[in-house]
Amino acid sequence: MVGTPEVLPPSTSVGIVGWLKANLLSSPVNVALTVVVGTLTAIAAVAMARWLVSADWSPIHESLKLFLVGQYPSEELWRIGAVVVGATALMGVSWAVWGGVMRTFARIVAAAGLIVALTPIEPAGFDLAVRLWYLGSAASVALGFAVGRAASLGPKWVIRAWALAFFLGMALIWGFDERSLGSSLRMLFGAGATLTVVLAGAGWVGRFPLAVVLRWLAWGWAVVFVVTIVMAWGLGQTDLAPRVNTSRWGGLLLTFVLAIVGIVASFPIGVLLALGRRSRLPVLKGLSVAFIELVRGVPLVTLLFMTVVIVPLFLPQGTSFDLVLRAVFAITLFSSAYMAENIRGGLAAVPLGQIEGAKALGLGGFQTMLFIVLPQALRAVIPAIVGQFISLFKDTSLVVIVGLLDILGIGKSLFLGNVRWFGAQAEVYLFVAAVFWVFTFAMAYASRKVEESLGVGSR
Amino acid sequence: MRQMKLRYPLLLVLATMVIAVLAACNGDDDATAGSRLDTVKERGNLIIAGRTDLAGFGFLDASGKNVGFDIDLGRAVAAAIFGDPNAIEVRPISASERGPTIQGGEVDVLTRNVTWTSTRDAQWGNYTTIMFYDGQGFMVRADSGFDSAFDLDGTTACVTSGTTTELNLADFFRQNGLSLETVVFEDTASVYGAYESGRCDIATSDKSQLAAIRSGFANPGDHKILPETISKEPLTPVVPHGDDQWFDLVKTVMWVLINAEEMGVTQANVDSMVSSDNIAIRRMLGAEGEFGQADLGLDADFAVDVIKAVGNYGEIYDRYMGPNGMSFELPRQSNELWLNGGLIYAPPLK
Repeated sequence: MVGTPEVLPPSTSVGIVGWLKANLLSSPVNVALTVVVGTLTAIAAVAMARWLVSADWSPIHESLKLFLVGQYPSEELWRIGAVVVGATALMGVSWAVWGGVMRTFARIVAAAGLIVALTPIEPAGFDLAVRLWYLGSAASVALGFAVGRAASLGPKWVIRAWALAFFLGMALIWGFDERSLGSSLRMLFGAGATLTVVLAGAGWVGRFPLAVVLRWLAWGWAVVFVVTIVMAWGLGQTDLAPRVNTSRWGGLLLTFVLAIVGIVASFPIGVLLALGRRSRLPVLKGLSVAFIELVRGVPLVTLLFMTVVIVPLFLPQGTSFDLVLRAVFAITLFSSAYMAENIRGGLAAVPLGQIEGAKALGLGGFQTMLFIVLPQALRAVIPAIVGQFISLFKDTSLVVIVGLLDILGIGKSLFLGNVRWFGAQAEVYLFVAAVFWVFTFAMAYASRKVEESLGVGSR
Repeated sequence: MRQMKLRYPLLLVLATMVIAVLAACNGDDDATAGSRLDTVKERGNLIIAGRTDLAGFGFLDASGKNVGFDIDLGRAVAAAIFGDPNAIEVRPISASERGPTIQGGEVDVLTRNVTWTSTRDAQWGNYTTIMFYDGQGFMVRADSGFDSAFDLDGTTACVTSGTTTELNLADFFRQNGLSLETVVFEDTASVYGAYESGRCDIATSDKSQLAAIRSGFANPGDHKILPETISKEPLTPVVPHGDDQWFDLVKTVMWVLINAEEMGVTQANVDSMVSSDNIAIRRMLGAEGEFGQADLGLDADFAVDVIKAVGNYGEIYDRYMGPNGMSFELPRQSNELWLNGGLIYAPPLK
């Protein structure tokens, strides 16, 4: 038997040559297009490279601390470090418990921490202590992962830990003084009472089981209690973590605070508004529609100006209401209206048969909503919700116009106010854009991964 | 079931009552606020509406400290009250917010490069004392052959958008029958870029800002600022309407700065000057007699703290705009003391 000799495919249809032929040079028109686009790209790349080399990066090099935390006092920076290390440790735990996208993020954060800690570049103020903090954030990812593996925690506990960490972190960044006990007591009861009103109102209208609402309330009060009393009372007596006025928060820190608080607050409000809009109770529905349409009909800039310029005219002379709080308030209002419409879209997409099926199984209205409708509704609109989060994150840069110095505000101040950096606008803008891109891309990536794992679009 | 429906309203009423009680408590706290000086003392710092992005007047140094001519005037007031020039909170605000912010009384002093005009005085607040005489001017390339603003017929001007800059420019050219093309930019740094790239023949802005732009170039000598000044921009710290003691206090602190330069009292020699044999100096520094400190609610020797903290008027000026200033060099001219032929003049401290 003579075996048929193996005939290889022609060399022009495989490998790099094959790929080039198929994708770039398949017809005379494509050849022409490839040449033109290739030339233009090369010209642009050369010009860009030339500019990058000659660019003046000294505003970023000399003021990196300003870009990251603004005017936050240098001697208190350990608190920011502690919050970051706590967050990275939780990322490690989440990696152990959830895997998936958290694994990717935790690895990237750990690697980034290591690289920054060992980088030979030395911006102003980047001393050994700062390097150790970066190293610590990388180490805490590993530590968190080990703890998460060893303790075999349930996902529920991880969520609770993140929620508690959010409050503790904000409290630590803000700090305490001897006057803060009174104000924290007021805040404790204010936050607790507001929570009670919202939950009781929602429970009453939505006919939720009282036991569930009471359990939520107990949890909410407990968290607020721990944060305000234990920390404010204990730490308020010491000089350990003195109050840092929010007017000194800035840079990426402020951008993050505005975005995270805005996201955390606007999501539940958005869910409630969406449910309210679909409610059969006319007053509730009317109020929800009025709020959503009013807020959506106004640009965010206007809302920010309203809270910053108009509100003081109604306050007594001399009182001053926290500027960052006002900005958070405006951003949350704005975002929750859009969130409500996104979620309403999801609610409308849940087939009626699901609700009828739930009823047939004997589930109550509350249980149907919580276990049948909302999970499917939210799953359907993850891309829209994350899109809203991303635009909220970028919208935070608008606070520049009301005098808060987020990362963009710091950059603008530096090149506008220092004569030697008058020409460095492009460098500053490019740096800020790169920072924004990293975080928005991470959010988009997370959204894609969560969609994949939930099978959105495939089932 | 019946019982459950009843409990929700109960919960609601309870929580609402807590909120109402809290609101009442808050009200009590605010009621203690009396004069602005008391409010400031109780708060522990002075809130200044300033800038963080204007070369020379209000900006951030590389470490993030608020610095600048305007900011130092605010620091002087803080030093007078607390003995500590760092007891300030600088609130950066935009040009359009200046009016509402000072009207609302949210800030204690507005030192944000603000021009004193009659309308603003009537509407916004009380203007204390002119601390800087600025005015709109023109900058051209040294080799352009222009020596006077009246030569500028048919040129293109880069101008910062603003309430008055564009208007002054249009008025001047129309008044003198000259034609002009304008390109408008948002801020000084953009005018700098456009003028540098040759997009316009002249740059126009307040003269202090032209000096800033000029010193940003590699070769400042290639550019010159024309002698004409086409507008009056008297820059003045403003306080809210309605508190005369506070108004007088801020005015007096400004007068101390000017008088100190007049008498030769500086940051370096203020301690030894307390025992000077000049009566006026001893009075100013609180060593003898008085000039109204008690009525203003200030310590007798507050001037020592002020001068130790920021120096006299000339020292503040030179720190930012002097020959080796942090920002740029601008000859004092109108901002010289009256003794030296300038316009800076303050009532006597007695």
